Amino acid sequence: MVSPLDRKLLRDLWRMKTQALAIGLVVAVGVLLLVMMSGLVESLDETRRTYYERYRLADVFAPVVRAPDRVLDQLAELEGVSAVEGRIAGGALIEMPDSQLPVQARAVSLPDFGEPRLNAVYLSAGRWIDQSRTNEILLLKSFADAHGLEPGDRLSATMHGARRSFDIVGIAQSPEFLYTTAPGELVPDDSRFGVIWMSRTSMEAAYDLDGAFNEALLDIGRETDLPSVLAAADRILDAYGAIGAYGLEDQVSNRFVSEEISGLRASSAGVPPIFLAVAAFLLNIVITRLLQAERQQIGLIKAFGYTNAEVTAHYFKLILAIAVGGAVLGCLLGLAAGAGLIGIYVQYYKFPFLVFEIDPASFIFAFSASVGAAAFGGLFALRQVFSLTPAVAMRPPTPPDYRGFNRFGTMLTNLLDQPTRMVMRRLVRNPGRSIGAIAGVSAGMALSAGMLSVLAGFDETVETSFSVIDRSDMSVSFVEPLPDRALHALANMDGVIEVEATRTVAVILRNGVHEYRGGIYGVTTNARLFRAVDANGETLHLRGDGIVIAPALADILDVEVGDFLLGDVREGRRPQLNLVVTGIAETLMGAPTYMELSALNRALGEQNRVSGAYLRIDPGFRDQIYAALDAMPIIAGVSIKQDARDAFQRMMDQGAGAMRFVMAAIAALITFGIVYNTARIAYAESAHELASLRVIGFSKGEAAYVLLGELGIIVLISLPLGAFLGYGLSYAIAEGFSTDLYQIPAHFSPESLGLAGLAVLAASVFSGWMVKRDSDNADLVSALKSRE
Amino acid sequence: MTQDAFKTRALTKVYGSGETAVHALRGVDLDIPEGEFVVLLGPSGSGKSTLLNILGGLDRASAGEASFQDQELTAMSDRQLTRYRRDHVGFVFQFYNLMPSLTARENVELVTEVAKNPMDTDAALGLVGLSDRASHFPSELSGGEQQRVAIARAIAKNPTVLFCDEPTGALDSTTGRTVLTALKNVNEQLGATVLIVTHAASTAQMADRVIYFADGAIREVVQNSKKLEPSEIEW
Repeated sequence: MVSPLDRKLLRDLWRMKTQALAIGLVVAVGVLLLVMMSGLVESLDETRRTYYERYRLADVFAPVVRAPDRVLDQLAELEGVSAVEGRIAGGALIEMPDSQLPVQARAVSLPDFGEPRLNAVYLSAGRWIDQSRTNEILLLKSFADAHGLEPGDRLSATMHGARRSFDIVGIAQSPEFLYTTAPGELVPDDSRFGVIWMSRTSMEAAYDLDGAFNEALLDIGRETDLPSVLAAADRILDAYGAIGAYGLEDQVSNRFVSEEISGLRASSAGVPPIFLAVAAFLLNIVITRLLQAERQQIGLIKAFGYTNAEVTAHYFKLILAIAVGGAVLGCLLGLAAGAGLIGIYVQYYKFPFLVFEIDPASFIFAFSASVGAAAFGGLFALRQVFSLTPAVAMRPPTPPDYRGFNRFGTMLTNLLDQPTRMVMRRLVRNPGRSIGAIAGVSAGMALSAGMLSVLAGFDETVETSFSVIDRSDMSVSFVEPLPDRALHALANMDGVIEVEATRTVAVILRNGVHEYRGGIYGVTTNARLFRAVDANGETLHLRGDGIVIAPALADILDVEVGDFLLGDVREGRRPQLNLVVTGIAETLMGAPTYMELSALNRALGEQNRVSGAYLRIDPGFRDQIYAALDAMPIIAGVSIKQDARDAFQRMMDQGAGAMRFVMAAIAALITFGIVYNTARIAYAESAHELASLRVIGFSKGEAAYVLLGELGIIVLISLPLGAFLGYGLSYAIAEGFSTDLYQIPAHFSPESLGLAGLAVLAASVFSGWMVKRDSDNADLVSALKSRE
Repeated sequence: MTQDAFKTRALTKVYGSGETAVHALRGVDLDIPEGEFVVLLGPSGSGKSTLLNILGGLDRASAGEASFQDQELTAMSDRQLTRYRRDHVGFVFQFYNLMPSLTARENVELVTEVAKNPMDTDAALGLVGLSDRASHFPSELSGGEQQRVAIARAIAKNPTVLFCDEPTGALDSTTGRTVLTALKNVNEQLGATVLIVTHAASTAQMADRVIYFADGAIREVVQNSKKLEPSEIEW
C-alpha cells in the first residue's frame, strides 16, 4: 500500500516533470561521461594487458649486430629472467603496385619448430608458414588491410640488397606491432610500414646470420628489477654490437598505446566532476523553490502530527528520486556509449579481442558522487523545513523582503521604468541565487570555450608541425650516414628546388635518474626546410655545441637551459656526449632534440656526414623524382610530408584525440542544459508575478521582459566570466589531451571564444523562447489563484 | 437612463468535456448599468468568479455573448483583451498580487506608466489612505495595507470598471471595513462600475444591486433601496 505522502511525491514529480527531467538529464550526462570513460579506459587497459600476456610480449628487447645462439644460455641464467628468445629482425623494402615508392617494412623470424617462446603471433586469416618453404610469409594485418592484400597474394621485397618474391599464406597480428612507425618517423601509419614474419632458416639466409641472432627477447619476473637486468644484458651482449637493451616501456608500439590510454584516462578525470557539481547546484535551487511553494502543505502535514524528520524525509525522497533517476539513466547510457566506443577503439588499437571490463567502482563512484552532491544540495534547502511552524506555514507567505533597495541609487532607479526596476531588484535581492545562476551559466560557457579552444589547439599542433617547423615537401633517409656530397645527386635531379642536409642519431639522453630514448636532429645553420623554431615560429639559430630541446623533453628529463645532459649515442662508435642545453624550441609533436649539424658531426668524430635530406620540389616533376629515388640504392626510405600530415591528422581524429569530439558534444549539451534550467527556474519563480502583470494589462511581450531581462543580464555577465574561466579550463583540458607523441597547446583564440559565446547565446535565445511560450500560454486565472 | 456597462446573453462556460465536464455557467443573462456598485453572492462553485473572469477579460466563454459598452468581449483577440484590461479594467484579488520587488508607489506606477489616462500616483494612494506608506515594500505592510495598495493600483488608471474577487477574504473586520470604504470612494468619486465577488453576505448591504448565484445560474437579482455605509455593516 502506497502511503498518501508517497502518492503526493509521485504526483509532485509528475507535476514538475519537465524540470525534473532537465535536472535528471544534467546528472545523467555527468554520470554517463564518468561511467563511459572509466569503462573505456579500464577495458582498453585490461585488453592490452591480457593481449600482452596471452601472446607473451617480452619485457626486454636487446638488439645486437650479430650474436651466436649460445649467448642465449648466458642470458637465460641472469637472475630474474624467466624466458629468452633469440630472433632475427631486419629492415626490408616492399614493392607495392599501388605506390611508386617502396614501402619500408620489418622482417621478423619465426622459430623453425613450434611457436615463439616470446612475442607470439595471432593468426587472423590464412595458415601458418610451412618451415620447409622459404618463400612463405605472414603479413601484418593492418598493412595487409591498408593495401587490400590477402592470403594467396604475392609480394616482392628487398632484403639486405636482394629482391625476392614471397607468397602471403597468412595474415597476422601481434601485440608488438599495435602501432607501426617507419624508422625516423613519429607518426604511425598502417599503409606506410609493414611487418613480415618468415621462417628462421630463410631469415638467416636473407640477413647472413647463420647460427646467430640479432635481437634477444627476455621475459622477467614481476618482482625483478628491470634496470639491473638491462645492465646485465648489455654487459653480456656488448661484445656482439649491442645497441642497448630497453624495456617494454620504451618499445615504440607499447609507448604509443600506453600514452593513448593514459591520455584517455587523464581526460576522463577532469570534466565529469564539473558536470556533477553543476547538477547538484541546480537541484539545490529547484528544491529551495519547491519548498517555498509548498510552505502551506508543509505546515498542514506538520499540523497533522508528522515530525520534522518525516517531512524532511518526504522531500528528500523527491530529491533522491530525481538524482537516482538521473544517475541510473547515466549509468545505463554510459554503459551503452562505453560499449560502443570500446568497439571502435579496439579496432583502432588493433586488439584481436576485447576484454570488457567495467570497474564496479566507477559505478559506485559516479552514483554516489551524483546522488551525494544532489542530496547535499537538497539538504541545504531542506533546513528550512525545520524552521517552519505549522502556524507560519498556514498563513500566506510574507512577500520577499526588499527593504534597503530604496536607498540604492535613487538617481539610478529614477531612470528605470518599473519592470526594469523589478528585474534589477530581483537580481540584487537574492545575491546567492543570482550568483548561482551566473556561476552555472559561466561554467557552461567555460566548458564550451575550453573545449573549443582545445579543438583549435589540435589544429595548431598540425599546423605548427607540418607548416611552420617542417616546410619541405618530402624527406629521404639514407641506408647509412654518407658523406655530404651524396646530396649533390639529389640536388641535381630535375624538379628538385631545394635540398637540406640532416643527420639523425639514435641516442639515450640522461639526466640523473631521468632518461629518454630518442634522437638528435642535426640541422644546418641556416635551415629553411626543417627548423627549430621559437614560440613565435621564428627560426631558432643553433650555435656552438649546445642542444635545443622540446619543452616536453625538458619536462621528462627535468632540465632547464644551461643544464648538462649525458647523451649515450646508440650507433657508429657509440660515444658518450656531454651536451649543454642552450634553448627550448617550440614543438608540439614528439620530443625532439636539435643540434647544429657540423657540431653534431664533430661530437661524433665523423666529418661532413648526413643521414638524410629534406627536399622542396616542383610538383610537376613529382613522378619523375619518385622514380629516380626508387632507383637510388642509397635511399632507405622516402617520406612524403602530405602523407605524414594526413596520417597524423588521422591518428588525432581516431585515437585518444577522438574523445575531444565526444566531449565537445557533451559540453554543448551541458551548456544548453544549464541555460535551459536557469530559464525554467526563473520562470517558475516568477510565473505568479508575470500573470499579475498580464492581468493589470501588460502585453505578453511586456510581461516576458521582466523574465527575459533577468535571464539576459545573467547571460551577459556570464559570458566574460565564462570566457575567463574557460581560459583556465582550456589549460587543464589541453594537458589531459596531450600525449608523449603530441602536445595540445591551450590555444585561446578569439574564434573559439566567439563560437562558445554564440552557443551560449543561442541556448539562451532558445530557452527564453521556450519559457516565453509557456508564459504566453499560462492560464491567468489559475496562475493567480495558486498562491506563491 | 444610464448605459449598460455589461450585457451578457446565454453566457456559458464549460470546463473539461464529456462525462467530466463541469458547467460553471449555464446560460447567464445579465445587464449591469454603468456606475453601479454590484455584489455577486453565492456559494463556492456557483459560477460567480467565472463570470467575473470572463467580464474582466481573463477567461473566455464557451458559448453565448458578453459585451462591454457595446464591444463584444467574446469576439476579442488576445491582443484586444490585453488592450481592454489595460485601458478599462482594474483588478483586486484576495491575495493582493503585489510585486514584492517594488514599493507601494512603484506598484501603482507600474500601472500609471502604461495606462492611457492615469490619475496621479499619490492621489491614488491618498484615496486608500496610504500616502504615508508609499515608499514601503510589500514585506513592510500589513495584509490590509497590501490590499489597499492593490486597490490603489487598480484605480490609478481611472478604470471604467473595477473587479474585486474576495477583496476582504483574508482580512479582519476593521481592515476589511477600511478596504470596503476605499472601494466605495472609488465608485462614488470616480464613477467606476464596481463588481465584487464575495462569500460575505453582509457586504451586499452596501451595494446598489445584489446578484445571487447558484449552480452556474442567476437565482435572484435584488436592488437595494437603502445602501449602508461600510461602518454600519455587520461583519
